[in-house]
Amino acid sequence: MTGNEAVAAGVKLSNVKVIAAYPITPQTTIVEKLAEMVANGELNSKFIEVESEHSAMSAVTASEMTGVRSFTASSSHGLLYMHEALHWAAGMRLPLVMTVVNRAIGPPWSIWGEHTDSFNQKDTGWLQMYCETNQEAMDSILLGYKIAENNKLLLPVMNMLDAFTLSHTSEPVEVRSHSTAADYLGELELESKMDFNNPAGYGSIVPPDGPFMEMKKDMRDSMYNATNAIKKEITTFNDLFNAELPGLTENFMMEDADYALITLGAISSTAKYTIRKLRERGQKVGLIRLYFYRPFPGEEIVKAVKGLKGLGVVERNLSFGQRGPTFEDVATALYGRVDVPMRNYVVGLGGRDVRVKDYELMFENLVEGNNEIEWVNVEAR
Amino acid sequence: MYEIRFHGRGGQGAVTASKILATAAFLESKWVTSFPFFGTERRGAPVTAFTRVDDQRIELRSQIYEPDAVIILDKSLMNGVNVTEGLKNDGIIVVNGKRGNLKEAGKYRVASVDATSIALRNGLGDPSHPIVNTAILGAFAKISNLVSLQSIKNATSDTVPSRKKENVNAIQEAFEETELN
Amino acid sequence: MPFLPITYASTSTKILSSWRTSKPVIDYTKCTRCAICWKFCPDVAIDLVVDSRLKSPNEKFSSLEAPSIDYDHCKGCGICETECPFGAIEMVREEE
Repeated sequence: MTGNEAVAAGVKLSNVKVIAAYPITPQTTIVEKLAEMVANGELNSKFIEVESEHSAMSAVTASEMTGVRSFTASSSHGLLYMHEALHWAAGMRLPLVMTVVNRAIGPPWSIWGEHTDSFNQKDTGWLQMYCETNQEAMDSILLGYKIAENNKLLLPVMNMLDAFTLSHTSEPVEVRSHSTAADYLGELELESKMDFNNPAGYGSIVPPDGPFMEMKKDMRDSMYNATNAIKKEITTFNDLFNAELPGLTENFMMEDADYALITLGAISSTAKYTIRKLRERGQKVGLIRLYFYRPFPGEEIVKAVKGLKGLGVVERNLSFGQRGPTFEDVATALYGRVDVPMRNYVVGLGGRDVRVKDYELMFENLVEGNNEIEWVNVEAR
Repeated sequence: MYEIRFHGRGGQGAVTASKILATAAFLESKWVTSFPFFGTERRGAPVTAFTRVDDQRIELRSQIYEPDAVIILDKSLMNGVNVTEGLKNDGIIVVNGKRGNLKEAGKYRVASVDATSIALRNGLGDPSHPIVNTAILGAFAKISNLVSLQSIKNATSDTVPSRKKENVNAIQEAFEETELN
Repeated sequence: MPFLPITYASTSTKILSSWRTSKPVIDYTKCTRCAICWKFCPDVAIDLVVDSRLKSPNEKFSSLEAPSIDYDHCKGCGICETECPFGAIEMVREEE
C-alpha cells in the first residue's frame, strides 16, 4: 500500500471517532480514504468537512476536548494556515495525532517534498516523528496515540511522511491486528474532558502573575521528561506487534564508523543504501536517523557521535540567515560535551531527487574536510 | 535488484501499470516498491512511473536512472523524451507500436505489441483515450522472466477497480501477439 | 497530571458591584419581556424570572419571564440600556 493508505489504515486501527480535514496535495488521499471508510461503514467515525485547515484543527481540538479520539492531516501551506490552532491544541494538552505529508512552501509553487512545513511547527508544543517507511507511517499513528494519551504527557503528536517518496509510493506493509490494536490503545479516557455537570473555563485569560509561565514550564518539562516513557512504549509496541520501530533515533552501521550523516525521514533509506556500497569499498561510514525530532533526541546523538572524525547534518529545509535548524539543534546537544567537526548539507528542496551520488559526494566532502559544500545537487548561477 | 521505468501519457495508466507489476512480484514473495513521478497531471502530458523488485528489502528511494527495462505506453513519447536514457546494455524495451522504425531496435532486446488495438478491442477506454496499461504488461511478460504471466493477471484482478475480465483478456492477447526482435 | 489551562473557579462567587458608576434600572411598565437585554449582557448578570408582582405594560405580559438584574455582578457597562428596543432600561448614577 502507499504511505497515505498506510496512514488511513493506522487511523482505522486506532479507532478514531472524529476526523476533520481539508484537502491539499499530497495529503488528500489520506482523508479521501478515510472518508470512503466512513461512508461505507468500515470506520465508525464522524467525518467533518470544514472550509479551511484552521477550521480543521479547531474542530478536532474541540472534539478532543470532549474526550473523543480525533485525527486530521495536512501539508505545506495548509499546515502553515493551522499554525495558530496548533499552539492551542498543544497548550490545551490534547492528545491529538495528525499526519503531515511534507511538501515545499512557495513561492515558487511546488507540490513536491521537503521538510520546511513541519520544521516551521517544531516550537508549537507538538511531538514530531519523521517516518522512513510506509510500515512506520502506519505504526506511528498507533504509537502516536499511545504516547500522546499518556496521562503524564498529554501533548499532541505530529507524524511526518515525505511527499510522494512515501505518500504515493507502494511497498509491502503488514496491517496490524485489529483486536491487538484495540487492546493496546483502549478507549480514550481524558480526565480533563468537558463535563456539562461541572462547567469550567478552558484556556481563559491568565494575568502575568498568574500561572502562565508555570503552565508553559510544565509543558516543556513534560516533553523533556517524556523520552524514557517514549522509549518504553516503543519497546512494548515492538514486542506486541512484532514490529521494528527504532528508538528515538536509529543508529545504522555506527559501531565503528569514522564519518556519519544525520538524516530524517524517507531520504534516510537511500543514505543507508549508499553506506552499504561505501562499506563494501572499505569506508567506515554510518548514519544516525532521527525518528523523533521533538522531543529532540540530544542524549542519543551525544552517545552515537563519540569518536567520530566528521559528522554531516543533512537538512531538507532551510532557515534563512542561519545554518539549518537540525544543524543548530545537533550543535546545541553536543556543545561542551563532544567535539566533532560538523558540516551542514542542504538537499532535496522542492522535491529535488536525493540520489546515491549525492550521498557519495557528502561523504567525500566530509572525509576530505577541505572543499566545503553546503548545497548538494544545485546548479550554479 | 531489477528496475523498471514506465513512460506514458496521463490517462493511459502508467502509474497503475507500475503498481500492478510490483503487486505481481509481491505475489511471488519479492520485495517491491512502485512510485510515480508526480507532475501536475493532465490527460496527455508525459508521465513517468517506476517499479523496483528485489529479493531483499529495498532501501533505494531515488528515481531510477539506470533501468533494466523501459516500458513505453505511447510510442509518440519517443519524439520528445529520451526514453532509453540510462538503459543498461543488456536492458529491454517494451513498446506499444510497431518496432520497424525503432532506431534502438538493433541495440536492445525489444518487445513490441499493438496495445492500443488490444485495449480498444477489449473495451478498455475509448478510441480517443485507450487505456493500454494492462495490455503492455502482457508484452512485458513475453520478453521478461521477472514475473509469470499468471501473477500479472492475478495482480491485475487485485488492482483494477472494474473490467477485471477484459483487462485479463487484454494481457493474454498481448502476450500472444507480442513480437520479439 | 499536567498543569492544565482549565479553571473551575467561577466569577459568580465574586461580588463586583463596586466596579459600577451607574446601575441599570428596569421600568417594568415598558418591558415587553423580549429578553434582548438578557442575550446582550456580556457578564451574564441578568436572570429571567417569573414574578407576578412585577409591573407590566398590560396583563398579557405579567405571566412571562421577566429580566432581573443581578446587582452583585453587574459592572454597569450600560449595554442593556443601549440594546433595549423599548427604552425600558435607564442607567442611574450610584449614590456615593
